Amino acid sequence: MIEIKGLTKAFGGHSVLKNVSAEIKEGELFSVIGPSGIGKSTFIKCIIRLLRPDGGQVIVDGQDIASTTSEFTLARVRRSFGYLFQEGALFDSLTVLENVAFGLKYLTDIPKGEYPRIVKEKLALVGLEGVENLKPAELSVGMKKRVSLARSIAAEPKYILYDEPTTGLDPVTTGMVKDLITDMRAKLGITSVVVTHDVRLALEISSRVAMLYGGEFVEVAEPDVFRRSENKAVREFMEISHLSRK
Amino acid sequence: MRSYLTEKVGHQFLGLAEAMGAAALMLKSVVFWLFFAKFEAAEAVKQAVKIGVNSLTVTILTSFFTGMVLALQMGHSMNNLFNEPMYIGTMVAFTMLKELGPVLTSIVVAGRAGAVVTAEIGTMKVTEQIDALYTLGTNPTRHLLVPRYIAFMITLPLLTVFADFLGVLGGCLVGTVKLGVSPSVYMDDIYTYLQISDFMHGFLKTFFFAFMIATVSCYKGLNTKGGAEGVGKSTTEAVVISMVLVMVMDYFISSLLVAVGV
Repeated sequence: MIEIKGLTKAFGGHSVLKNVSAEIKEGELFSVIGPSGIGKSTFIKCIIRLLRPDGGQVIVDGQDIASTTSEFTLARVRRSFGYLFQEGALFDSLTVLENVAFGLKYLTDIPKGEYPRIVKEKLALVGLEGVENLKPAELSVGMKKRVSLARSIAAEPKYILYDEPTTGLDPVTTGMVKDLITDMRAKLGITSVVVTHDVRLALEISSRVAMLYGGEFVEVAEPDVFRRSENKAVREFMEISHLSRK
Repeated sequence: MRSYLTEKVGHQFLGLAEAMGAAALMLKSVVFWLFFAKFEAAEAVKQAVKIGVNSLTVTILTSFFTGMVLALQMGHSMNNLFNEPMYIGTMVAFTMLKELGPVLTSIVVAGRAGAVVTAEIGTMKVTEQIDALYTLGTNPTRHLLVPRYIAFMITLPLLTVFADFLGVLGGCLVGTVKLGVSPSVYMDDIYTYLQISDFMHGFLKTFFFAFMIATVSCYKGLNTKGGAEGVGKSTTEAVVISMVLVMVMDYFISSLLVAVGV
């Protein structure tokens, strides 16, 4: 379980997260929505300590990582996570096989000889085959995203964090990524946190949706309840996204 | 006007202090991961090839022609002064081994390999590949910095030895062909007046230069901001800072070595 209590983060005097609290339960698909630049990526990066919060707690399986300075503690906790970056963040100099196998070397004790089989398996899970020897530059945007997802799940993490998983994708690939996210939860039982400005996606796939606005969660609810929210920020955002209650 | 200047200077000074603090923290992290994690030998060898082997051609050309021009200029000066090209071998060897070998090689490596390191790490930074390293169970210091530090520390001294040898050889060629000094006289000049400490003086300096170039290149790469434009800016800054620091450090390290008798 991930517990976030009173999370705060500012950049150069500009407060992005003012008081964010949430409890993400095992097996849940928790989505955070909000306009671009509101601090969604900051929130998700604080969860895995890619950014150090200014205040508050991030408790992952009982271990608070918000303020720890121990590299070993952070490395241990990060082992439970997979992270899908907005642009994929694949290593340019490595092939698809090396990219997907990268985490296996550091996160598991699996013998090196097993890597090709596992990579093939994970690539098949995201609907790719025969791309092991290609470099990221030879892949389309959608393929990059899928390879990145295969890399995130290669070491079989307990949690996956998705940072804007459908940004920049065409409708077909968006649908494919949406199915992949729900599949990961259904097939592997992975707890997922998705940050997105795509309200439709969040409402379709999530068990709970949170709206980040003004540095805090102004609404956290199941999709059906969320659609009927009376919160002004939620209503405006839904209307802008053409998803009013009607 | 005064307040504007004070603010500007103060701002620059604070920026410098902040950068030095961040670089010190980066060095602390490098030392930590050097001793507390499994050494990534394959990555270090890969980087040594990138930094060292790929700088070989430029080093050969630079040092060989520097040795040639040194012999030419000194030969003509000696001819004007004494009507004879005396001590060409000694002067070329002294200059190459103590100063030009280490300094020119360091400048070549800073301009070629240092720029590559900064651009590579900088691109990884702006495309979130550095963050990806954290999420995949390692970190940039262990995976990127330590192998590059080791590669710089091994290859720069080796390249310098190579440059010293080629510079002396270039001088010998010009001495023989243009100045009429036989190779045996040229080499005899070197053996008579040069000591092992003269070689060590230049050789030891390269370790300081290698450490500095690695620090500047890696620091600038890791602190890249703002996409492709930021990568270009960081790379230029890294090369300029490294080259200037090679010159500045050269004077102070030479003074120190002279003071301790090397």
